[in-house]
Amino acid sequence: MQAVPWEGELPRRLLSGDPEGVIACRSYLGQNFVEVRPEAVIRVLAFLRDAEQFDFLTDLTAVDRAHDPQRFEIVYFLYSVTHNQRLRVKTHVSLEQEPASITGLFPAADWLEREVFDMFGIRFAGHPDLKRILLPDEWQGFPLRKETSILAMDQDWVRNNLNIESGQ
Amino acid sequence: MSEPSLDPILEQEGTFLESSEMVLQMGPQHPSTHGVLRVILKLDGERVRDVECVIGYLHRGVEKIGENRTYVMFAPYVDRMDYIAAVSNGLGYCLAVERLIDVEAPARAQVVRVIFAELNRISSHLLWLGTHALDLGAMTPVFYTFREREEVLKIFESYCGARLTTHAFRIGGLQYDLYDGFEEQTSAFCQSFVHRLDEYERLLTGNRIWRDRLKDVGILSASDCKRYSVTGPLLRAAGVPFDLRRAQPYSGYEQYDFNIPTRDAGDCFDRYAVRMQEMRQSVRIIEQALERIPRGPIIAKVPKILKPPPGEVYVSIEAPKGELGYYIVSDGSDQPYRVRVRPPSFLNLQALRQMARGVLVADVVAILGTIDFVLGEVDR
Repeated sequence: MQAVPWEGELPRRLLSGDPEGVIACRSYLGQNFVEVRPEAVIRVLAFLRDAEQFDFLTDLTAVDRAHDPQRFEIVYFLYSVTHNQRLRVKTHVSLEQEPASITGLFPAADWLEREVFDMFGIRFAGHPDLKRILLPDEWQGFPLRKETSILAMDQDWVRNNLNIESGQ
Repeated sequence: MSEPSLDPILEQEGTFLESSEMVLQMGPQHPSTHGVLRVILKLDGERVRDVECVIGYLHRGVEKIGENRTYVMFAPYVDRMDYIAAVSNGLGYCLAVERLIDVEAPARAQVVRVIFAELNRISSHLLWLGTHALDLGAMTPVFYTFREREEVLKIFESYCGARLTTHAFRIGGLQYDLYDGFEEQTSAFCQSFVHRLDEYERLLTGNRIWRDRLKDVGILSASDCKRYSVTGPLLRAAGVPFDLRRAQPYSGYEQYDFNIPTRDAGDCFDRYAVRMQEMRQSVRIIEQALERIPRGPIIAKVPKILKPPPGEVYVSIEAPKGELGYYIVSDGSDQPYRVRVRPPSFLNLQALRQMARGVLVADVVAILGTIDFVLGEVDR
């Protein structure tokens, strides 16, 4: 089963309102999502929050599409209490790109963006205090990137600290 | 908030003493942080100027582990996030994977899931109530609430052999059918429990000290809840009747008759009151469910090796602490490409800063208590 185009009033308003920023509106298993360009994220989220009552940021996370040149997919989960509807906004950024922080729109994004930075190393431009949140400050690397292997981490640790081979 | 007057003599002399800010480290081993949470308090005398939470002490990389296990193998791991409400964690995960592979649990399994999820809500709220009262200096309630919690845990143990990390459900339904005498034991618990709740309320609700410690402390308004993505009892205590069991029902919750308790002030006392009412509503749901457990299979037909088609899904449930969501991305293999857990405690704890500015140090303990977070879930 493939994602199908998402038809309706809201996707039409999104596509016609911001034709440069919004790439596509699609739906999978009845769940709708909008793909936007990274520079349009703030614009689209502000439009959804203020004009369409999607004013609750449920979650914010990222997915590492390691084979894609725009490898990080950042996903914003919105919910509208008024319409009782969910909507995901997605954007793709490369390793060098710094997407804009949305803490100005949704203060809840503070810790969520810090976690994404902690796990993926994505730097959000304009975040008030971007530092590691779950891992120690001195931690090297970004664990949720696909090149980080938990098996290799285990083997390295055993080799460096116990001076033996882990055998795993 | 008006500043408390300092000693008038010192104030008259002006330059005699200057108040300066002090930094106080609360935790990571402070008993009221219920786990390993470090709260850095910036104090002006007894007043809290600012708060910073340092979390991550319990980070185990659950999301990374999920990418390295098959869908079935990962199921027991999710119990270890909010280990006070493991049943809810498991339910959310099973529902998300079921949605991805387009399978629905049979009717009997759905009713049993509802019963266990609500029993777990009661046991989670009981643990919160007992420890929260203990934090505020009331020694007695914890003995009573743990007595009742024990009855719930015994039901879990009789059902699946585990008390906390139950792994009660399987993708597609249940592994075990109900044991003999389950209905009688659970309904006896429900009957006695409503009287126990009256007992707790007699101890606490009208208690002068209890009210003084909780009333008008740590207010979080409905609009602040929205700004900080706060869900669960905190949101309902601020007057928003948002409950996913009603808003986006799952496991047949739309068939049950129950209320969504709300309060208006959004202070610590209202969060207490909302949770007390929620336990009564859970009893109502369990009693209705016990009368309608249908006969039939307990697990749907699920392939031995799960390979969901490429795609992604976000499924969330109303866990005892708020909205618990699972975002699973599949690449068509037998392991998830990405598992994201939306933990209610993580986002609710973030709002501490908003609630604790300007309160007294002792009130921080009350606020931390009524947020009702579990560090295993905050840190994952």
